[in-house]
Amino acid sequence: MRVALFLTCVNDTLYPDTGRAVVKLLTRLGVEVDFPMAQTCCGQAHYNTGYRHEAEPLARHFSDVFGEYEAIVTPSGSCGAMVRELYPRMGERARAEGRGDALAATLAPVVPKTYELTEFLVDVLGVTDVGAYYPHKVTYHPTCHGLRGLGLGERPRRLLKAVKGLELVELPGAEECCGFGGTFALKNSDVSAAMGADKVHNAESTGAEVLCAADNSCLMHIGGTMARLRTGMRPVHIAEILASTEEEPAA
Amino acid sequence: MSGTYLGMPAFPKAAHGAVHDSTLRGNLRHATHTIRAKRAKAVAEVSDWAELREAGKRIKDHTLRHLDRYLVRLEESVTAAGGTVHWAADADEANRIVTDLVKATGESEVVKVKSMATQEIGLNEALEAEGIRAYETDLAELIVQLGKDRPSHILVPAIHRNRGEIRDIFTHEMGEWGRPAPEGLTDTPAELAEAARLHLREKFLRAKVGVSGANFMVAETGTLVVVESEGNGRMCLTLPETLISVVGIEKIVPTWRDLEVFLQTLPRSSTAERMNPYTSTWTGTTDDDGPRTFHLVLLDNGRTDTLADEVGRQALRCIRCSACLNVCPVYERAGGHAYGSVYPGPIGAILSPQLRGVTSEIDASLPYASSLCGACYEVCPVAIDIPEVLVHLRERVVEGGEVTAQGNKVVLKPAKGHAAERAAMRAARWAFSRPGALRTGQRLASRTRRLHPRSLPGPGRAWSGTRDLPALPAEPFRDWWQRTHGGRDGAK
Ligand code: SF4
Repeated sequence: MRVALFLTCVNDTLYPDTGRAVVKLLTRLGVEVDFPMAQTCCGQAHYNTGYRHEAEPLARHFSDVFGEYEAIVTPSGSCGAMVRELYPRMGERARAEGRGDALAATLAPVVPKTYELTEFLVDVLGVTDVGAYYPHKVTYHPTCHGLRGLGLGERPRRLLKAVKGLELVELPGAEECCGFGGTFALKNSDVSAAMGADKVHNAESTGAEVLCAADNSCLMHIGGTMARLRTGMRPVHIAEILASTEEEPAA
Repeated sequence: MSGTYLGMPAFPKAAHGAVHDSTLRGNLRHATHTIRAKRAKAVAEVSDWAELREAGKRIKDHTLRHLDRYLVRLEESVTAAGGTVHWAADADEANRIVTDLVKATGESEVVKVKSMATQEIGLNEALEAEGIRAYETDLAELIVQLGKDRPSHILVPAIHRNRGEIRDIFTHEMGEWGRPAPEGLTDTPAELAEAARLHLREKFLRAKVGVSGANFMVAETGTLVVVESEGNGRMCLTLPETLISVVGIEKIVPTWRDLEVFLQTLPRSSTAERMNPYTSTWTGTTDDDGPRTFHLVLLDNGRTDTLADEVGRQALRCIRCSACLNVCPVYERAGGHAYGSVYPGPIGAILSPQLRGVTSEIDASLPYASSLCGACYEVCPVAIDIPEVLVHLRERVVEGGEVTAQGNKVVLKPAKGHAAERAAMRAARWAFSRPGALRTGQRLASRTRRLHPRSLPGPGRAWSGTRDLPALPAEPFRDWWQRTHGGRDGAK
């Protein structure tokens, strides 16, 4: 099976390790991975801040780049939700504004083929034990767009539980937002920081070394808060844990 | 809406104090987390919750689509039952109607059932200006009124107060409004409730005019419905000679049977009860029982304008259960007052900017008072997609566009203060539309990464004031990919 990796602009620029981990993991599972170099950004930040008309060309570009692949895999719940939930809505809105079906027709092909990484592993490849080894105590934060947008449910936890050496501990208040929310962190920084601090204190209370999530944007916010509060915990993307093996362990 | 809230600063500024007020945060956290857990349990008991939610949504949508027809039907039934219907286009008109009706009775005080609509229009202040005193009889409303405070929650207006604060308010203020608090009042719930009971009883027995809102109005029979927990509302509805109900036009349901759905979903969503303790219904006037005169004031105040907006109109499905407030992480930290209206929390963030427009500073900031986490949508018993409406209203703020205001189509200009952001969004879109430019930028950033500060200037300072930025990696992913998988990148 040949899939396209949609890495998202944040991962590409700031977290290339996540991308390398996805490539390593999928290759190990026998998937042929391609990275279309023309990819840029799904347009989520634009759309969610109210710049729908700026987001449209980015969505069209996404469809041009990824339209022909069998499946599109992304290690980001929020960008996955952007494509799956909001691209159809962009099409509907264009139609409602009397701009015809063109946008909807352009975007439609990529919608059902886009999978968040853990969804792809569990639903498409049908695996929960990916042969990983990660001897650490880990707590899992289900990010909002993964949890409520895509409905990832127990998939990430099932994958983590199957990792050799990994001790999974429940995060109190797991389903509460960490306070990132894209431009929300800038526009309402007091509230955002308070939410982040609560998330980090909850994570600390578990005694885990690592907080893991399926979205680097939230991890950036949580990790930045951890560093500032000097907790000694680390934020790690789930892809890096799943890619880690006894031969080539991740830090 | 109420004049009380005019001139509120934008949400972030209004929230700043609350975030750093540890008593307030403690009060809110405790209250919302308790009710949140109870609600989840009460909802989990119902096996057909998803169907009930869908049914509620459908009934409301159907009614809103034919609102004109059902309102006329309601007017006919209310009139036939001996009531009088008045139509109020906005807050001023509604206040004038009620004030005139009270004056016509010759009374100078009224007792009130807790009501969002009368708060929305600032009725108490309007009556006060005409020398009429309005007594709130809901326990939490009473606390707010005695404390010269503003409500901060739809269902529990005094949620931001703890018992000690309430004791102090009762002790110091009750005497000025009627029967004083008993000597040596402590902060035990039983004593506080008894003090309120004695204080209120006097007013119930004396009052000749009652003012209420309603949770529902049944078009087919002209029946109004109030659900409550304390029974004080029932006293106001039955004891006075004249009853005046002020109700938003969206509160209508077609038939008595439709109530079946909401009388299940509302209590479980709001107080986490299987059934609310008191459900009062009243239909016009009846000989020898209840009020002799009944007036219904139907309030528009921005509702038909909201109805004209295809995405935003779903906010009118709201049954004011307050479940969305109790799960909202932003409400929990910012407190209800920061929203600058009687409708705080997620529903307030979408309702106020629609009822009032997005021209004031506070209204333009409300659609951004959310991290779009979606918890509100998940709990809403009528499935209002609050995040969707928030994003839609953000668009209205930054891009402007056509809206309906006072029945007329007007084209809004983008709100002021977003020029820099708009430029940044355009620049980002430009770069993202050109993979080459993006790559050049990434490379440049990587090469100069040792020079990058770990905190940001300008608007970014807010972020890096409380969080550390990640270090830039030496090589963006796409360069690594090019280097290691060079030949087969499927580049376009
Ligand atoms: S928006 Fe939904 S959850 Fe919030 S108060 Fe209204 S009905 Fe309840």
